[in-house]
Amino acid sequence: MRSFLALLKRDMLLAYRQGSALTMTLSFFVIAVTLFPLGVGPELNVLARIGPGVLWVGALLACLLTLDRIFQADFEDGTLEQLMLGPLSIEFIVLTKIIAHWVMSVLPLIAITPILAISLNVHADGIWAMIFSLLIGSPVLSLIGAVGAALTVAMRRGGVLLSLLVLPLYIPVLIFGVASVEAAVALMPMAPHLMLLGGLSLGALVVCPFAAAAALRLAVE
Amino acid sequence: MSLYAQSLTCIRQDRLIFNAVDLSLNPGEILWVKGRNGSGKTSLLRILACLLKPATGIVSWNGTDIEEDPEHYKENLQYVGHQDALKMAMSARENLEFWSDYTENSTVDQALDAFQLQPIADHPTQILSAGQKKRSNLARLIACPAPLWILDEPVSSLDTDYIGLFKDLLEKHVRNGGMALLATHQDLSLSRVRQLDLNQISEVAR
Repeated sequence: MRSFLALLKRDMLLAYRQGSALTMTLSFFVIAVTLFPLGVGPELNVLARIGPGVLWVGALLACLLTLDRIFQADFEDGTLEQLMLGPLSIEFIVLTKIIAHWVMSVLPLIAITPILAISLNVHADGIWAMIFSLLIGSPVLSLIGAVGAALTVAMRRGGVLLSLLVLPLYIPVLIFGVASVEAAVALMPMAPHLMLLGGLSLGALVVCPFAAAAALRLAVE
Repeated sequence: MSLYAQSLTCIRQDRLIFNAVDLSLNPGEILWVKGRNGSGKTSLLRILACLLKPATGIVSWNGTDIEEDPEHYKENLQYVGHQDALKMAMSARENLEFWSDYTENSTVDQALDAFQLQPIADHPTQILSAGQKKRSNLARLIACPAPLWILDEPVSSLDTDYIGLFKDLLEKHVRNGGMALLATHQDLSLSRVRQLDLNQISEVAR
């Protein structure tokens, strides 16, 4: 437990010290979402209609930008192999780093989503639904992303390959995430969609740490 | 406590690096692994540090195959590789505090003292010189004590004074019942050292 907390604390401290990465991710999210009103035109009905989808896609893409750093820095400076020699199993190291990534990179995206949702004229019910669906669904982004990051960790320019690997796997989260917001806007029950999102999160929580750990073992050899 | 390896063979990308290496190490002993560039010193040390699987052969710790109980073996070893395993955005003290916390130890100040790192302990690692980084990395040996030290080029980029300091610490570790595997091109003129020459082994392999 002490090892787990030490690693979690260190990862968060490093993410905090390298704060420019977070600022850039947030800026990317804001700019990418702001481009849509400019491209589609300022009709409020259209924006309200596409708003949830735009926000979800924007969050996915912004999250992609942060994935390659989950393991790469530790792999390159030899920290990863030292971590593996420590008391935590690789699966737990992966899980700890995923938690740190979600808190430091994904949670800030969720925090500014309401402001962007207002700018896209998303209905107030939709904004709440947006936050709920992101909170429940976004762990999948970190979890699946970690598998992609582990597979491409030894590559110099793995960023593009990482996106190609990971984005198709994000499709189910996107579908149910947007569906839950649209259900809330239409005053329909959104619980089924949220439950499916929760199911996806829990499923990924079980499978992804093992998959990423296997990939890291291969990379370190 | 003893380390024992029998007929280790290492193959990297279809190329035979070394063949049939036997070694044993008991408390109070230092094994100096020698060999030319590419003779497999790092590969051998990585195999013994559980970071690489040998193509054939077994490594045993206290008579138990390390494949069977890697967790127990890892608790007893401390590996210092070519890479510094330091985070540039943290100071030497913070780096060591993390490693000692992670391995559930708490002898950071002792480690900083041993390698005379106190004056620079709070500077960001980014601004340290290569030798200072190396010392911060080596300080992990004291911050996370373990009986078996596996050291790959531990004195590269250290100046002569600090090589002497490191040598003293290594000899003290061995006197207190520790053991060490050492790969280096420099002759540290250590007492109680045995040699393993990978050149001869590789010659036979070719």
